[in-house]
Parts: sequence; C-alpha cells; structure tokens
Amino acid sequence: MSSPKPRIPDSPLVPYPSGAYVPERDVKEIPVLETHHLGIDFGGLTAVDDFSLTIGKTEIAGLIGPNGAGKTTVFNLLTNVYTPTRGSIMINGFSSAGKTTAQVNKMGIARTFQNIRLFSNMSVLDNVRVGLHNATKENLVAAITHGFGYRKAERQSKQAALDLLNIFALEQLADVPAGSLPYGAQRRLEIVRALATQPKILLLDEPAAGMNPSETQELMENIRKIRDTFGIAIMLIEHDMNLVMGICEGICVLDYGKIIAKGTPEDIKSNPTVIEAYLGRKGAKKDDA
Amino acid sequence: MTHFIQTLISSLSLGSIYALIALGYTMVYGIAKMLNFAHGDIIMVGAYTVIVAAFQLGMPPLVAALMSIVVCVLLGVLIERLAYKPLRQAPPLSVLITAIGVSYLLQNLALLLFGSEQKAFPTLITLPELHLGAVVIDGITLVTLAATAVIMVGLTLFINKTRVGKALRAVSEDKEAAELMGISTNKTITLTFAIGSALAAVASIFYGATYIYIKPTTGAMPGIKAFTAAVFGGIGSIPGAMLGGILLGMIEQFSKTYISTLWSDAIVFGVLVLILVVKPTGLLGRQIKEKV
Repeated sequence: MSSPKPRIPDSPLVPYPSGAYVPERDVKEIPVLETHHLGIDFGGLTAVDDFSLTIGKTEIAGLIGPNGAGKTTVFNLLTNVYTPTRGSIMINGFSSAGKTTAQVNKMGIARTFQNIRLFSNMSVLDNVRVGLHNATKENLVAAITHGFGYRKAERQSKQAALDLLNIFALEQLADVPAGSLPYGAQRRLEIVRALATQPKILLLDEPAAGMNPSETQELMENIRKIRDTFGIAIMLIEHDMNLVMGICEGICVLDYGKIIAKGTPEDIKSNPTVIEAYLGRKGAKKDDA
Repeated sequence: MTHFIQTLISSLSLGSIYALIALGYTMVYGIAKMLNFAHGDIIMVGAYTVIVAAFQLGMPPLVAALMSIVVCVLLGVLIERLAYKPLRQAPPLSVLITAIGVSYLLQNLALLLFGSEQKAFPTLITLPELHLGAVVIDGITLVTLAATAVIMVGLTLFINKTRVGKALRAVSEDKEAAELMGISTNKTITLTFAIGSALAAVASIFYGATYIYIKPTTGAMPGIKAFTAAVFGGIGSIPGAMLGGILLGMIEQFSKTYISTLWSDAIVFGVLVLILVVKPTGLLGRQIKEKV
C-alpha cells in the first residue's frame, strides 16, 4: 500500500483566496481540510470559537497555544468526536457534518492521542491490522472455510501491516503485545496504526511528549518522511517549539479557544500577540525557540 | 467409577449449555459495557420458536432449529436497536434497569401468547445411546458436547483470526480509538448481539432437548447461572465464559450427585462468592488499568 511517491519539495506559503496560507505547491489542489467559523460550547462555556483554517494537500501544519487553549478540542471537533455548535468542516472538499467518527476516518482523517491509546492487549501487528480494517476485503464465508481467497487476503493484509511497521523499524516487534512496548515505540506504533487507515491528513496530538531531544529529532525526520512518502498532510499539536518551528510550514496559534495568529514560523516567532500569549505582557522580547 | 464418569459427562453437557449462554453475556459486556439481563429470556424465546415451528407449522427438526436461531438473532438485534441504543450515552444504571424491563416484557409476552402451562419440547433427533462399558451416554448429550466444542473453536478462530474479529477486540478495548480507525461501534454492537443471540438459540435447543419442559420463565434460571459463569470466568473474557460455564456445570452436577440436590444451587453461588473474594476479576479476567 505504500506506493513510493516523489519527495515533496519545500515551498513557501502563499496567501490562499480564502485569506489562509497554504504551501505554494498545494495552491492548485483542493485543500485537504478547511474549517469555517468552527465553534463549540460546553454548557455556557465557549471552548473553541470562530476557528477558520485551511490546510494544503501536503502541508505540515502546527497547532500551538498555551495549555487549555482548546487544541485537543479542535482535534475532537475535526474527528466528529464532538459535534460542532457552529461552523463547518470540509475534508477534501466534502462536508463532514452529521458523519460518525468512523465515517470521518473513511473520509480521510486519522489521529493519534495525547495519552497513548493503543489496543494494548493486542499484538503490534494486530493493532496495525485493525487500522487496515477498511482497506482489507475479506469474505466471511471464505474466512470460515479458510479458502483460497481468505488466505490471499490474509497474506496481503499481513504484508501491508509489516510494510508499514517497517517504515518505523517496528517489524521485529510485530508479535509483541502493544502494551509491553517501550514508550517511544508505542508512540511510533500509534502513528503507524493511524497511517494504516490510509488518511489524507494525519492529526498528531503532542507526538513528542515525553521524548528526549534525540528522540524528538528522529520524530521530526519521521514526520517529514511520512509526508514525503505518502504525500499526505499532517497537522500536529506540540509544545516543543524546536519541533514546531523546525518542520511546520504553516502554524496556527490558539489562545482561549480563538485563533490569535496564523502564518509561517517566522511570522509567528515575531508576532507580538503570540509572544504576549506565551510569555505574558511584559516579556516582549522574541526568543521562544 | 462408572457413576463418576456418568456424572462427569452430564456435568460437561450442562456446562456446555451454560457456556454457550455465558458467551452472550460476556461478549455484550465486553463490547457494549452493559449487562444484558434479557439475554436469558432469549433462550425461552428460542425454545418456544422450536415448539411452534415443529408442532404448529409442522417443520422438520433441522428447519425448526434454524428458525429458532433466526428468530433469536432478529430479536436480539431488535432489542438492542429499540431499547439499548437510545441509551448509549445514559448512565449504566439506566441501561441495567432497561435490560431488566426487557426481560420482564419478554416473559410476560410469552405468558400472554403461550399461557403459564409447561409445553413439551419436540424430539428433534433420536440418536442411539452410546455404551462405553457400563457408561451410557445419550445421543443429545453427545450432540451438545460436539456442537459446543465446534462453536467454541469456531468463535475463538473468528475473534482472533478474522478482520471482523480483530475489529471486535479493538472496540472492546477502546471504543473511541476503534471508531477513529474507521470501525463503526454501532455495527460492531449489532454484530455482537446477533452472535450472542445465535449462541443463546443453540443453547435453547440443547436445553429444551435435555430438560423437555418449557415455560415463560424457563430462561431466567439458566440465564442467571450463565451470568454467574461469565462473572466466574471473568466477565468480558471469551475463554473465561467458556471455562466458567463448564466449571459451573461441573460444580452443580457434582454437588447434585454427591452432596444434595437441594443444596446444589447454594453451593454454586457460594463458590462464586469465594472466587470473587479471592480474585475479584474472575478466573481469567484482566485487571483494568486506568491510565492517567
């Protein structure tokens, strides 16, 4: 399933007709994700409001903001875990309104979790094969009779899972229960499992949490590798500014549920509103990297 | 010794029936995280279906048995759709009370339709007894044991080897994560109720063939015992339900034979209490670790 695609060259962000930025190379493509004035209230509290964002087909985008800004809530809205109170979401040009989370996944969104949520009692391989659920065809009768078709589908699905594990050097651990993997490997497996659903955009919720600098470095390379190999967009929530500034092309800053800035890493680094949100009113010197 | 082997075989047969029913309880609990107390009454419906199909519609035995499975599957799925699905987000207690309500509804519907008198279960097949030395095994016991063994192996392969089986396990571990893998929780829950009800129908056929007389409350006691078996083995665990069912059948049958018929139920539930004191998650149940 991992048909190799040419490396995607870096390209500068350019203004999009809607006022958003997308990488130059994606301008002529349908944006993989577009939200318009997205918002949700919990009781009387507005958690996210007026969230409008466009992500290009192969963009690496960052969603940053102080703790409690509503970043994970945005991910939950994008995957229809929460139903938006206001606004709309377009995935690859199609509205996801009224869809279940499973249907949204089929439309092309996959995600990982801030606190790892693997199927810890299942093997590493089976975790990936659950991700391949909708990509594999299997006839129930054939499965029961263990006929030819079943074995073929079985072999193909296993091979596809191993190929994916291979990208992250996890294939030797295929038969180990996912719950017994070391922390870093669990994080990688979660990404592999999400990739197995063949998404068009991959949402990563704090992928570098709990990682040391060298692991973070490796993760950055892996994120680029995923984008370049699969030609998909990636949106990540992250507190590690080296990672965000290092790999994200477009960055969106959230504070108190509202977007306070959008732009390239350079724009964001020098944006006074962002600096204020992170460092408070007085620390107006720019250097957060 | 003959007596012992005879008891052992009949206890395995009884245990098989409990295990088949317990699988329904444990699978529904594992996937939907609810106790479906109406599950026992599915057995009663299955048994009455066979009676109606065989006596009133004059169906051949095999067709009557198949009809029973079809009716139970449809009923199980219907109950889930109408009674439990609207309560997906409700507190567990509301779902539990609803399940008890459904149980009484089914019992009283049967009372209305068939009256309170016992009805005889038809003889579906007449098989010769098997004589092994002094041990006599009747045909239906053999069929029960063989069919249960086949079903258990089949179910285990289905859960562990197939794509849908893996999806089922994924949903039982983490519903939301499975949903994000493109697996529909609703479809999975429907499938679970269908499988559970089909197993209950099979159990009802063996139960009817073994105990002959069926009345509207027939499902209640085997239902409770099978639930006990599921808890005994570790609720949510499929091998646990199989083991729990067989063990429960053995404890019951052996205490009936060697201790006292009157005391057998007290002993069964006494052992359950003991097991749960020592191992609260049941024999094969896993400790659920809550991650922060």
